[in-house]
Amino acid sequence: MSDEEINMEILLDHYRSPRNYGKIDNPSVQLVEYNPVCGDAVQFSLKIDNGILTDVKFIGRGCSVSQGAASILTEKVKGKSTEEVMNIGAEEILKNIGLNLGPSREKCALLSLNALQKSVKKYRDGKNE
Amino acid sequence: MLTSDEVKQDFPIFESLGDGYAYLDNAATTHKPRSVLEAINDFYSNQNSNVYRGIYRLSEDATDSYYRARRNISDFIGSRNPDTLIFTRNATESLNLVASSLGRGLKAGDEVLISIMEHHSNIVPWQLWLPEGVKLRYVDIDSDGYLDMESFQDNLNGRTKIVSLVHESNLLGTINDARELSRIAHDNGSIFILDGAQSVPHMPVDVERIGCDFLAFSGHKMLGPMGIGCLYGRMELLEGMPPFLGGGEMIREVYRDRSVWNDVPQKFEAGTPNVAGAIGLSAAVNYLRSYGMENVRAHEKNLIRKTLKMEEESKINELVSYGPRNPDNRGGIFSFNIGKISPIDLESEMLEQSSMKIGSAVHPHDVASSLDRERIAVRSGHHCAMPLTHRLGVVATSRASYYIYNSESDVENLFQAIENVAVKYHE
Ligand SMILES: Cc1ncc(COP(=O)(O)O)c(C=O)c1O
Repeated sequence: MSDEEINMEILLDHYRSPRNYGKIDNPSVQLVEYNPVCGDAVQFSLKIDNGILTDVKFIGRGCSVSQGAASILTEKVKGKSTEEVMNIGAEEILKNIGLNLGPSREKCALLSLNALQKSVKKYRDGKNE
Repeated sequence: MLTSDEVKQDFPIFESLGDGYAYLDNAATTHKPRSVLEAINDFYSNQNSNVYRGIYRLSEDATDSYYRARRNISDFIGSRNPDTLIFTRNATESLNLVASSLGRGLKAGDEVLISIMEHHSNIVPWQLWLPEGVKLRYVDIDSDGYLDMESFQDNLNGRTKIVSLVHESNLLGTINDARELSRIAHDNGSIFILDGAQSVPHMPVDVERIGCDFLAFSGHKMLGPMGIGCLYGRMELLEGMPPFLGGGEMIREVYRDRSVWNDVPQKFEAGTPNVAGAIGLSAAVNYLRSYGMENVRAHEKNLIRKTLKMEEESKINELVSYGPRNPDNRGGIFSFNIGKISPIDLESEMLEQSSMKIGSAVHPHDVASSLDRERIAVRSGHHCAMPLTHRLGVVATSRASYYIYNSESDVENLFQAIENVAVKYHE
């Protein structure tokens, strides 16, 4: 199998049996991100203690790329600081997935990163009020 | 008759794509035969100059070629007067032209009747008048994907000034009975506009026979270049309508505080036109004529018949498709899904865990990406018909759409590839 094929299998595995799928009870913050063009959606709920993401869960609906990427992302960020989460760039996510997606499907891959970073921002904005 | 393998020889792109590539996104745009490319090249190589303006031979030649293109294309759609054909950039601009110009005559309370199967280009231009109090109504479809004629009658009334409907749906493939729709609209005293973006390229269309007041279509969907489209309009109406864009060519005299409009069609063609585009489209019309539109239609009818038959015989798990089952009323368009993914209702706490999972359905994006790996080009998404996609109760569909260079083996490859996706995602 080529690297591309292996990465595809990994993504499909996350898609079929997503990790950290569900909702956190009494989350520190919760947020929905939606792409009206294709109907892909994810909802993130986070537990944040002293600036650390102690728990992350998502539920969502969409294509293998949007949902697989969300699952991969939850594994990546659990235990990280909010600062670290905000510093994750698009390049890093795409490299992590390791597929030649093309511009239209890169949007699918980045939906969950947007959702996660918006959640953290919402949490921070809430604390400043 | 028409042999797709021979047709393909006329299209340089199939040389670069190589054997076995199935291009099935013809509802989005079509490829260009050599004769069209040569006509464009010939114009820029031998006649290039601006039209109408020059009192020198080169410009007069260009003006003459531009006019002959107009006459040829207007003849192709059955208009007896070339001046009833206005050149635009595409069907979208044609529909905007007519909506903008006719819209200025609408008053609060007047109604425009469209249908749920419209492309966004026959929805949004009308929505722009909503702030003025104009009301937009929608004819519904029935469960087979036909226009619901009862719904059409129910929505027509004395305030319906304009009826604007698609001839062939770019998602369902439904071919509407344009002549009958036109008759009903006219009996009601309404202006009747036909969106021919998917019909003019694929079947004989005759504006006199149909009796429509306007017809919009795009050159690039009928083997012509991108950036040229047409609006046919009935002369009596065009003459009474205000212009769309202002500028050069569309005026006869300009004073500090007013202008005198030029005659139709120049009144609606502000600025330097796409002369090469018009000439290229005229060459495309000649190319289509060499086969005959009856034969083009017969070829595609055969492909959709084969498609529907293969679908019925296929054992692909959860394969669903949309649109009429009778090939007589159906263009070469096949929108399908593997399983059904409903649109998300963000309002109602959409992300309830239980309802979220799409189960065994395969998202249309995944379908299109997988088919692409097997060298089959299909479109997935809402196909610029979001209200229709949601009316069908899904987030998106995948769509295969045919043209003269597609063959039965393309259809067979399509089904094999769909089956492969279903297996891959269901394992
Ligand atoms: C039914 C229909 N109307 C209008 C259009 C708009 O065509 P264009 O994008 O060339 O303006 C399309 C294109 O997809 C179409 O399918």
